[in-house]
Amino acid sequence: MSRVMFLEDRCKGCLLCTLACPVKIIKQADRINQQGYKVVEVTGEDMASCTGCAFCALTCPDFAIKVWKSPKFKTSNDSKAEG
Amino acid sequence: MSDRKTEKIFIKGNEAIAQGALAAGCRCYFGYPITPQNDIPEYLSKAMPDAGGEFIQAESEVAAANMLLGAAACGKRAFTSSSSPGVSLMQEAISYMAGSELPGVIVNMNRGGPGLGDIGPAQGDYFQSTKGGGHGDYRLLVLAPATCQEAFDMMIEAFDLAFKYRNPVMVHGDAILGQMKEPVQTWTPQNLDPNEAADWGLSGAIGRPSRLLKSLFLEDGALAGHNRKLQAKYKAMQVEARAECFETADADLVVVAFGSIGRIAKTAVRKLRSQGHKVGLVRPQTLYPYPSALLRELAAQGKRFLTIEHNCGQMVEDVQLAVRGLADSEFFGIMPGDLPTPDDFEQPILDSLRR
Amino acid sequence: MTAVQQEIPAFTLPEVLADRATHYCPGCHHGIAHRLVAECLTELGLVEKTVSVSAIGCSVFIYNYLMVDTVEAPHGRAPAVATGVKRARPEAFVYTYQGDGDLASIGLSEILHAANRGERFSVIFVNNTVYGMTGGQMAPTTLIGQKTTTCPGGRCRDREGMPLKVTEIIANFDAVGYAARGSLDTVKNILQAKKMVRKAFESQIKGAGFGFVELLATCPTNWRMTPLKANARVAEEMIPYFPLGVYKDVVDAAGVC
Repeated sequence: MSRVMFLEDRCKGCLLCTLACPVKIIKQADRINQQGYKVVEVTGEDMASCTGCAFCALTCPDFAIKVWKSPKFKTSNDSKAEG
Repeated sequence: MSDRKTEKIFIKGNEAIAQGALAAGCRCYFGYPITPQNDIPEYLSKAMPDAGGEFIQAESEVAAANMLLGAAACGKRAFTSSSSPGVSLMQEAISYMAGSELPGVIVNMNRGGPGLGDIGPAQGDYFQSTKGGGHGDYRLLVLAPATCQEAFDMMIEAFDLAFKYRNPVMVHGDAILGQMKEPVQTWTPQNLDPNEAADWGLSGAIGRPSRLLKSLFLEDGALAGHNRKLQAKYKAMQVEARAECFETADADLVVVAFGSIGRIAKTAVRKLRSQGHKVGLVRPQTLYPYPSALLRELAAQGKRFLTIEHNCGQMVEDVQLAVRGLADSEFFGIMPGDLPTPDDFEQPILDSLRR
Repeated sequence: MTAVQQEIPAFTLPEVLADRATHYCPGCHHGIAHRLVAECLTELGLVEKTVSVSAIGCSVFIYNYLMVDTVEAPHGRAPAVATGVKRARPEAFVYTYQGDGDLASIGLSEILHAANRGERFSVIFVNNTVYGMTGGQMAPTTLIGQKTTTCPGGRCRDREGMPLKVTEIIANFDAVGYAARGSLDTVKNILQAKKMVRKAFESQIKGAGFGFVELLATCPTNWRMTPLKANARVAEEMIPYFPLGVYKDVVDAAGVC
């Protein structure tokens, strides 16, 4: 399963990633980081829809998004390798 | 490195400056046309490429001075030349070079001012050279040649000093020097070091951390620390102060004059000496650092001073500062726009002597 | 038998790009442009040969993010400084990174002459139609009707003239090898912009002439817009006036002599 991780202390809440995501799973959270910005998140259920396209990371001006892509063969188990 | 033979040639001061730079291993020149220094870019437009160097007639003095900044940042010997109004345009880049500690060499063939002025000689840029024509607390090393030979020699010295202190250096001449032809003994320094900037110059970060040359210091305390460092450097530069002394030992009156005026004053002093008058001459060869200690020593011996300049009174302030408490200096100025001869100085010197 | 899921990073930052937060405002496109430069330097093997020239504007701190040999230039003078750098070290890879106030206002003489001489360095020109660092004054590329702190009624053609289309001007010079305009407002445009940056770099490597890329970008703070609205403005207002595209490309042809 592909996934993203947001470096919340770098996020400036610009929401450009929400525009870029083709499956529209990135949403603004309620959490505010140390700099006072409302960060973004992908909820647990939505993460399953992540395709690992990395459009969000391409758009992020603050290098705040990490993306992992899984190869096409998946088992039905959910174990994730450490990134 | 130059493989030019040593020879004695008959050339203009402007050309002596250009040849001195080449002898010093300078292989980058960026200039712009302005009277009375056009021989410098014109000569180098052929000589520099012939020597394997880079010549650019830039689009403006602003651009030329910034090209100099770039080449100097790479640790390469480079210079630019201009005259008063063009040097005004270069002040921003000069301040940046001083702040970034870059060894650019700038030649000013002083002409009449202010504004467009005239195309004849003057010394009205003394303040600009020594007190900083650009913004901020910085100093240039300033050399003041009076002969075509000195122009050649001082160009070599200028590069050495620039790299020794990582500071811009000004060579301050005038239209007389630039346009006058004299015999010059060329020579090639043997101690040129192609790696003189190896530990700070920009060359691409191969096998080392990247380097940054800048003058912006916004972090708390950073600019203060940087300024302290620069001031310490300028203090260390004081050992480079130099002047020619002529017949000062038993002089009652010491004439202080620099550059071409120093040379003309020397003729007047020589003549008055032959008539039995006890006059001497101090000709500062560095305008910064100023030979204040030397003047102070002479003042302590009870001598009096007359500063002669081709302006409305600039260097005289530094003479007065140097001898304060012990003596004072009178001033005689040739107006920018007038051309002085030795005869013009005789009466003012005698008047000062008799007062 | 369970196949182990192996995930691989789908996105990595080039090493030459400092992995840290930037000082830029939320939604400012500088970070994207910096990353494109870093990626192209890395992919073309240029990192260790690079001597860059930083300019004056919000991006004056680019040297905190792109870790290459850098010299800071006075406002507008980067093309002259880069000329000196490249002439002094022809073997180095040299680029400038300038904003619209720096390049198109005070530095217009320097950029035009460097382009006309065909200086062998590359220029990244980030155009956000405003002076960002100093608080939002009018720039040569400010659009008609756009309000800034020094044209509070909106830029007016009779008073201030039309906005400058810099890429079109640069493309007309004989000694220019590559001149293009891209933008950073969509993933598609970002990917296209990266190709343009790469081509502008290749113009230098291949000796094809002066390489120039203009990147349309946002300044949400000084446009008084949210990042998303500012991003939309690029397509809605800027691209119609500053069309995207390659305006000159002789990189793959014989070098310009």
